[in-house]
Amino acid sequence: MDAPVESMKVEPAAPVEQALYEIRKRIYPRAVTGKFAAWRWVLVLATQLVFYGTPWLTWNERQAVLFDLVARKFYIFGLVFWPQDIVYLTLLLIISAYSLFLFTAIAGRLWCGYACPQTVYTELFMWIERKVEGDRGARMKLDKEPMSARKLRVKASKHGLWIALALWTGFTFVGYFTPIKTLWGEVWSAGLGPWETFWILFYGFATYGNAGWMREQVCKYMCPYARFQGVMFDPDTLIITYDRERGEPRGARNRSVDYKAKGLGDCVDCGICVQVCPTGIDIRNGLQYECIGCAACIDGCNQVMSKMGYPKGLIRYSTETAVKKHLDSTSIAKRVFRGRTLVYTSILVVVAVAGLVTLYNRVPVKVDVIRDRASFARDPSDPVVQNVYRLQIMNTQERRAAFAIGVSGIEGIHLLSDSTSQLELGPASQKVVAVRVEAPRQNAKPGSNRIQFTVDAADPSGATQPLKIVEKTTFVVQ
Amino acid sequence: MSEFTSGFWSVYITLITLASILACALLLWRLSTKKLAPGEKASVMGHVWDENLEEFNNPLPMWWMYLFWITLIFGVVYLVLYPGLGSFGGVLKWSSTGQYEGEMAKAKARYEPKFAEYGALDLASIAAKPEARDMGERIFLNNCAPCHASDGGGRPGFPNLRDADWQWGGEPDQIVQTITAGRQAMMPPWAQLGEENIKNVAHYVLSLSGKTHDSMRATQGKEVFAANCAACHGPEGKGNPALGAPNLTDNIWLYGSGGESTIIQTITNGRNGVMPAWEEFLGKDKVKLVAGYVYSLSHPAK
Repeated sequence: MDAPVESMKVEPAAPVEQALYEIRKRIYPRAVTGKFAAWRWVLVLATQLVFYGTPWLTWNERQAVLFDLVARKFYIFGLVFWPQDIVYLTLLLIISAYSLFLFTAIAGRLWCGYACPQTVYTELFMWIERKVEGDRGARMKLDKEPMSARKLRVKASKHGLWIALALWTGFTFVGYFTPIKTLWGEVWSAGLGPWETFWILFYGFATYGNAGWMREQVCKYMCPYARFQGVMFDPDTLIITYDRERGEPRGARNRSVDYKAKGLGDCVDCGICVQVCPTGIDIRNGLQYECIGCAACIDGCNQVMSKMGYPKGLIRYSTETAVKKHLDSTSIAKRVFRGRTLVYTSILVVVAVAGLVTLYNRVPVKVDVIRDRASFARDPSDPVVQNVYRLQIMNTQERRAAFAIGVSGIEGIHLLSDSTSQLELGPASQKVVAVRVEAPRQNAKPGSNRIQFTVDAADPSGATQPLKIVEKTTFVVQ
Repeated sequence: MSEFTSGFWSVYITLITLASILACALLLWRLSTKKLAPGEKASVMGHVWDENLEEFNNPLPMWWMYLFWITLIFGVVYLVLYPGLGSFGGVLKWSSTGQYEGEMAKAKARYEPKFAEYGALDLASIAAKPEARDMGERIFLNNCAPCHASDGGGRPGFPNLRDADWQWGGEPDQIVQTITAGRQAMMPPWAQLGEENIKNVAHYVLSLSGKTHDSMRATQGKEVFAANCAACHGPEGKGNPALGAPNLTDNIWLYGSGGESTIIQTITNGRNGVMPAWEEFLGKDKVKLVAGYVYSLSHPAK
């Protein structure tokens, strides 16, 4: 890519002594309004409504979304996942990863700019900061001032509000693992458990620290995304682009002057794009690893362009190829359909469809068959052979189920009359039962014989259709 | 710590640990106070990829350096509080054994009352109470199933606990006694009787359970049985629970229903059946609970 190569040239070092450790430069992002800022707010509100709201919903007389780590049962609305359902988590992670690849290949760091919790909470924290301390200029002035009663008051209110939001976030987070209404009661009766307290404070501290203090440092030094964005982009990826050809040579000018005659480009060098940048970079230097793709500079620059009466889009979403070949938006859109994105999309569709189909066909009753470890085969009398199995029967439904165990595969094979053949299990519970099976010796061959257990699960109330599970195992004849 | 074969290793580890921490601190201090001279640039590491991609030795953020200091301080505090410096046990006196014992004591305080409550019941009541019986079943599956199988049906050498045949008696007290103190059955070898006699006795034993046998041999074996075996197994072969001598007339075979050859082997070489004692390991109440479960296997609820 052309622009980044130029930007990689090391600026000549200032002729002063430098520490080997970089002293952080404070960034005071200026507030910005516009199309993309509005989109970010839509996503902030949507994601946070889901995050803060979900734990308060009720479903089947329990919390709608609850990850019960102690009982190892994950409730998500009508579904109850057991550890055996780990494959769905795998599918979800694969879908998330490929969605990220796809979005990044098409339009760069969309995730970072609009939906990443680091961005979302920073946005909320900066909003509070702006309401309390004022915009960029006011904040810079306040920080330079010596400590005074007013400054102390302003700073205290900002941190007070930050901490309140952070604690609420920590509380909500823990509310996904401990029923949130119980947790709320415990907060007020001082009955929080030590681990609940720890995680509320820990997650609260992480929110306060990352969104209030660390901010762009998280994106620059902690998050790996910035470092591998290079391999996720290609020349047809939409990135935040400064139109160098149109903008340069940049320079201040009077509105009334014919700048073109003076040999100036469209960039008025107002510096707004730098002031609004949450990571403190100058987008005019081209694509940089610090750029989280938030498009604040696009909004900022467009406002200036409107005021100047110039066409918008000096900084815009564009691709390397588009800039080089002067493509219009239709050609850019056509280039979205390229090998890379099509491969990502097909994998994504296949995995998503497979996941939905298996989820739809999921039988909410599970049976594991374990051959008894102690007794291989018994021959209580010559014509019959006995085998013992342990059946782990799991009822993952939220209602009682009546189970009937059957066995087949050898002529005359049956459960012994004193063996467990019927049982009833409560909602979301399981039991291991020893099952005794007998078969006529003459109908089975010596060694192992294939048989199967059939477990029918009926709804005692008769409200739903019975379920049937077949599990294969072997019957041993010595 | 007794794991060290000599005091030298304790000193060795302590010195290496402290020297490493000190060296890290010195390195950090030296680098964080060092300055680049005016005009001096951060060095390039000397690798080039893809024509122009170079690795710069760029400065770390300051807060990152502070994290290193925090890590060092954490390390020192940890080594003071917890074991780590050779044989020094740490001022908190923490040990994994101590933690284990603490957790066991806590679990005991929590579950003991329940076990005591059920341990006070008689076996029939435990068998009739689903919660108590389930507790007994879990104890059985963890401790007894490896020999007696998970259905309690046994296997050759390990008695079936589901039938009415009891080697050591099936009364509640006898079952509890068997589990509490264990049992040692001792069938001596009878090789000195000679192959012919042994075969004859074997056929007599087969006849007692009504199995196919050679009646000539059985008649001859009866005398040998009366002279040698009846002392323990009784004149009619009905066995003696006090000695653990099995009943030979019920067609239930402790060492497998292999017929003649198994019986000959038993008589020739003898048998040594051992049931270990569980009281020390399980405690009185758990023994009672598992005995209740075993009782329930042959006394199913009506």
